[in-house]
Amino acid sequence: MLANYGYQDGSGEFFITIDTGWCAACAAKGCQAACPAGVLEVGEDDYGDMAASVREEHRRKVRYSCAPCKPGYRGSRPPCQEACAAGAIRHSW
Amino acid sequence: MAEAAEKEFWRWKEYNWHNPDLDWRSAEIVAAGVDVGSVSSQAVIMADGELYAFASMRTGPDSPASAENAFNWAIAGTGLTLPDVHCTVGTGYGRVNVPFAHKTVTEIACHARGANFIYGPAVKTVLDMGGQDCKAIRCDEKGRVTSFLMNDKCAAGTGRGMEVFADLLGVSIEDAGEMSLRVDSEPEPVSSTCVVFAKTEAIGLLRAGWSRERVLAAYSSAMAHRVVALLERIGVEPEFAVTGGIAKNAGVVRRIEKELGVKAARTSYDTQIAGALGAALFARALAQKGK
Repeated sequence: MLANYGYQDGSGEFFITIDTGWCAACAAKGCQAACPAGVLEVGEDDYGDMAASVREEHRRKVRYSCAPCKPGYRGSRPPCQEACAAGAIRHSW
Repeated sequence: MAEAAEKEFWRWKEYNWHNPDLDWRSAEIVAAGVDVGSVSSQAVIMADGELYAFASMRTGPDSPASAENAFNWAIAGTGLTLPDVHCTVGTGYGRVNVPFAHKTVTEIACHARGANFIYGPAVKTVLDMGGQDCKAIRCDEKGRVTSFLMNDKCAAGTGRGMEVFADLLGVSIEDAGEMSLRVDSEPEPVSSTCVVFAKTEAIGLLRAGWSRERVLAAYSSAMAHRVVALLERIGVEPEFAVTGGIAKNAGVVRRIEKELGVKAARTSYDTQIAGALGAALFARALAQKGK
């Protein structure tokens, strides 16, 4: 499942996409620990797969929660993507 | 000081229904789904996989009470009581506040499952236009979600936005859709993506002499354009279906169809109960597992 968390408003589209199929197959799930803002959490989805998701309280503000990790501020890629061995995390902006 | 009586044009009808030809007592599994949304709450009762009863009403300030009210209204006159229900699943914005639910499931999964039941297994793309959010969902032939996207940060493209316009124009919310289609030519959509500023723009258009039909058409186009952008992010695979209250607004649905170039599936079911219906189907599956 491609789970898109985030929003679209007058200022643009801000979505974090998690491929839960790839995510569930990854044992390490290093993304949760790698995120300095605590945006990601790992839990069981509606179909019983253990996969990462964006915490409820960050879904309407991912643009700001993730801003310190965006290219130009830190490395070339956000740490969640660096830590994701499965390549299951994408950011739309 | 005398107060002027004001009609609430936005106020949509609350309703309940049960199938008089079915008897829940002869059912092996009675399952319930309760969808506590930001604007409306629905409860659905299923008897052995068949839709038996439902109710749809406004969500009040107290979510647990809204869940209970919707459930109690759905079972009114059926002789059914809560202990007779084998399993209940809660969903929606207030799903954690359904006190009698055995499990909660996200509204995304429930809407896909509900749409699969309502429209059949051919439906691969579901657009739920809810009271205060909008969900674009791709699913397989079993109603299992393969991709989803939700927008609940902006009210443009939601039922609440249409309520605001119904009130502004003095048009009953049930008539707004048909009325928006009564225009000779399609006006430019209102430019704003925010309901509050779209309303400001509409007031300007009314002052400039636009008819109510034309203003509604301009807003319905803007709504359609906005949700089509969401749908395009996940891709649209036919069949395409719309659920939620706005699915009953022909003006918006026709414009979405036009912009997508895809016809929306039709149904005789109430599209507003899709989430609660999906929850009831999850509840039925849980009850079956437990047996």
